[in-house]
Amino acid sequence: MATITQRLLAFSAALMLVLLQGTAALAQEAAPADPRAATGGAQTLEDILARQRGEHVDYTFRREATGDPAKAARATEQLGTLGGVSDPELWRALRYGSAEVIVSSRAPAAEVVIQDSGMTWLAFRKGPLSSYGGYLLLGVLAALALFYLLRGRIRIDGEKTGITILRFSAIERFAHWLLAGSFVLLGITGLTLLFGRRVLIPLIGHEAYSPYAIAGKWVHNNVSWAFMLGLVMVTVFWLVHNIPNRHDLKWLAVGGGLFSKHVHPPAKKFNAGQKIIFWAVLVLGVSISVSGLSLLFPFQMPLFAATFAKLNALGLPQMAGLGELPSQLLPHQEMQLAQLWHAIVAFVFMALILAHIYLGTLGMEGAFDAMGTGQVDEQWAKEHHGLWYEEVTGKPAHDPASHPAE
Amino acid sequence: MKSMYLAFVAIVVLALAADFALDRAGFSSQEVASGPAVRLD
Repeated sequence: MATITQRLLAFSAALMLVLLQGTAALAQEAAPADPRAATGGAQTLEDILARQRGEHVDYTFRREATGDPAKAARATEQLGTLGGVSDPELWRALRYGSAEVIVSSRAPAAEVVIQDSGMTWLAFRKGPLSSYGGYLLLGVLAALALFYLLRGRIRIDGEKTGITILRFSAIERFAHWLLAGSFVLLGITGLTLLFGRRVLIPLIGHEAYSPYAIAGKWVHNNVSWAFMLGLVMVTVFWLVHNIPNRHDLKWLAVGGGLFSKHVHPPAKKFNAGQKIIFWAVLVLGVSISVSGLSLLFPFQMPLFAATFAKLNALGLPQMAGLGELPSQLLPHQEMQLAQLWHAIVAFVFMALILAHIYLGTLGMEGAFDAMGTGQVDEQWAKEHHGLWYEEVTGKPAHDPASHPAE
Repeated sequence: MKSMYLAFVAIVVLALAADFALDRAGFSSQEVASGPAVRLD
């Protein structure tokens, strides 16, 4: 009998211990204190200060605070709201894109009332894009001016013979000028689109700026087709001639003779420097055309979500320390990214073409004739495109008695 | 120089033609962003 009592006591003690431990364990697993309990779930002073310092704040608590109509008081009750959500909850849903909006307009993305991510784009467009792009162009102009001051115009070394040979046929020149003329128009109007309001309105005022800006937008949108046609023609005519060959290595080794006098490395129809320009124009031209088409037909050609998904699959953004790029983008985000990409490519493109224009006009004697009339002096051809001259005329480019300057 | 001038003329012609063609094909902003219930003109 005592043994049974002892066993009962022991059992009860053990049971109490287990229960006590159990409740203690449950208490430890209970949810930690809500960090935003003081404000009832809204952002705290710490959140605001962190945002002002530019730190990343996780806005999930706001994104998800869009109300629950099922649990809300009915509209007839004292604090009941129409639709079962309060005004701030409604605006949060609109801002973070979780509200269901139905519109009668057929326009794509017409149901977007607020686009939260647009502020980042606006800041980037006004800030880094404008300043880095602008400084790039000014820097290239300064570098070209310095080059001209130090090197001067690159003259034809020997005596001009007065005899010319055909370098570019009429259709080749037509294609180049179609591309070049449209590029200049697109560049000027494009810079107006980015800088016009900030730079020109203070100079000429709103009344004068408005028709200029409207015309500039029309020109930019409609001249783009001539640019794309010119790009196709130039590629068809000159792709074969721009495939790199062994002579390009020799040309590059002496810097094309740009930085030293009387140095004339070998070149066929196009030298290595021209090939670099050709491939840059092709790659940048296609890229700017595709992003441009995306901008011409708004919301019809979203490109970035798919691109980001492919980049994520390749693991490149993760390697660069960016984490995964968003593979789902809002319609306006797609348009904004297209605009940023289009502008970045445009700045790089304009920087290269400024150098190209310099060399083809002021920088080298005899160069413009090639594209102007198509006829170049034989001496110029012998010096700058010796191998091409020999192919075309069958005559040697260099006097066999003298040493070629290679 | 003739090729250059011809090319510049071609740019102008292509721009005007593109504007006209895209408008006729229904790609103007007015058409894309509205419906039959909207009177914009």
